[in-house]
Amino acid sequence: MNGGFAADKNIFKTEERVTFALRGLYRAFGYKPYKMSKFEEYDLYVRNKDFLISDRVITFTGESGKLLALKPDVTLSIIKNTPESSSGINKIYYNETVYRSSGASGSKEFSEIMQTGLECFGKLDSYNVCEVIMLAIRSLATVSDKYILDISHMGILSALLDEAGLSGELRQKMLLCISEKNRSGVAIVCDEAGLNGEMSECFAKLVSAYGKIDEVVSLLGEICRTPKAREALDELVLVCEMTKKCGVSEHVWIDFSVVNDMRYYSGIVFRGFIDNIPTGVLSGGRYDNLLSKMGREGGAIGFAVYLDLLERLDRSSADCDADIFLIYGENNSPADVFAMTEKLTANGESLMSGREVPENMTFKKIVDMRNGGEV
Amino acid sequence: MADFVNIALPKGRLGEKVYSMFEAAGYPCPSIKENNRKLIYENPEVGVRYFWVKPSDVSIYVERGAADIGVAGKDILLEYTPDVYELLDLKTGVCRMMVAAMQDYRSDPDKTLRVATKFPNIARSYYDRQRREIDIITLNGSIELAPILGLSDVIVDIVETGKTLYENNLAPFEKIVDISARLIANKASFKFKNAAIEEIYSSLAKIVE
Repeated sequence: MNGGFAADKNIFKTEERVTFALRGLYRAFGYKPYKMSKFEEYDLYVRNKDFLISDRVITFTGESGKLLALKPDVTLSIIKNTPESSSGINKIYYNETVYRSSGASGSKEFSEIMQTGLECFGKLDSYNVCEVIMLAIRSLATVSDKYILDISHMGILSALLDEAGLSGELRQKMLLCISEKNRSGVAIVCDEAGLNGEMSECFAKLVSAYGKIDEVVSLLGEICRTPKAREALDELVLVCEMTKKCGVSEHVWIDFSVVNDMRYYSGIVFRGFIDNIPTGVLSGGRYDNLLSKMGREGGAIGFAVYLDLLERLDRSSADCDADIFLIYGENNSPADVFAMTEKLTANGESLMSGREVPENMTFKKIVDMRNGGEV
Repeated sequence: MADFVNIALPKGRLGEKVYSMFEAAGYPCPSIKENNRKLIYENPEVGVRYFWVKPSDVSIYVERGAADIGVAGKDILLEYTPDVYELLDLKTGVCRMMVAAMQDYRSDPDKTLRVATKFPNIARSYYDRQRREIDIITLNGSIELAPILGLSDVIVDIVETGKTLYENNLAPFEKIVDISARLIANKASFKFKNAAIEEIYSSLAKIVE
């Protein structure tokens, strides 16, 4: 006998329900769980600090005197600690707490954030890339049916920046303006760099190239003029075609404002949004450059889902503190009170008990067992 | 709720100017001009809901999704770097972020430069690029007083006409960046209310041109 509460699905918060569902999804596609059992040295994070969402890390000194860190990220540990798979491909998923300052610019404090995600690395082929994108889409669909996955390709961006000869500060400025959809800013950087009209036009088109693949593909054809850019565009089109065949293309948008750090990310990058959550809840991409920086061969792609943001979807606040309040008296033995509690909660209702009803709390029903009856 | 586009406008003269641009673009809300104490004004016919907030708070409302779009000065966007889209330069509220000092001020590169400002992040990144060591003094108002009383060597502040500076024996020395009002959008709203926001964007863009 368990009082009936284990079977009640409503007991789960959105993030808990999603955590279980995602675990099942990733396992079904052959992903193995990863558990971070020890603290990493701070050095691992500081060497790759631009890969992290926030460069602030909580540190402490370990028993051996080494400077250790509370994990701000899981990907780096997975890449560092996972031995090479005999199949040539490592498929890993995780569900971990990470410690970093949360997203919005107004909040500067560290938070404990539940994060789940997966990484696929090794001898990647185009199927592996498509599979990860589809799992990102399925992950969003697990949360809500109102979702959008924005996809971009760092290869197209870097080919265009190379073609324009932009480097150093101007390259960074241009990337920032593209990530902000800042058309006037893009025009100013083009002027500062002395780009010709045709090249400036390409950047202007890139910022406005937003929408379903069919709506923007001809525009992208005009922008992608070098072999490197066309190769990247082909990959983007391949992924979008697959989402069409899987019947989810209405949720997939091309958007070059998804810009990740080029020192780590090299190919397709993406960000997922859910209606009524103001920031992206899923972020990922292809990070071959990080892999080679960490001394491993092959390619890598993965994403993280920020579960802490999902609590915003549970808008309805509880209409009472508990369904039942049980009043007991001195004459009632602990065994009687416990037996009554089990009886009253057998249908999954919640109960609080005490010798008198607390002030400023509301209950649907009050049961007084002092005289054996209900009030 | 979902049918409305929520728009945060900055209180004050700039906000009124900006509202008239929205009005001209086809998004009027007659009740906004009534003299009353309402906080939120809506026009269901065109699907917009306006509210006035402190200018420096507009980006917070938009970043956190309480407003879908809003109008904020470029100074606020540079200072607080909110995670929002910057869709359009409205070319109003035009001014400059300047370094100013007493008219007879001469820079001494050997000394740490004392900088008084309301915009510590903008000032820091400007002098970082110049590799200049500075001591930031963050003030909340009357910045012009700082160099007059010897609290700072220079100030970093918004200059519109420069009249206040000259009346107090101060002068602008270096321009950091041009400032104007920008139409900003929440990243998720931009996707889920895309058609409505794009329409507002293009109507405003026509007026700006």
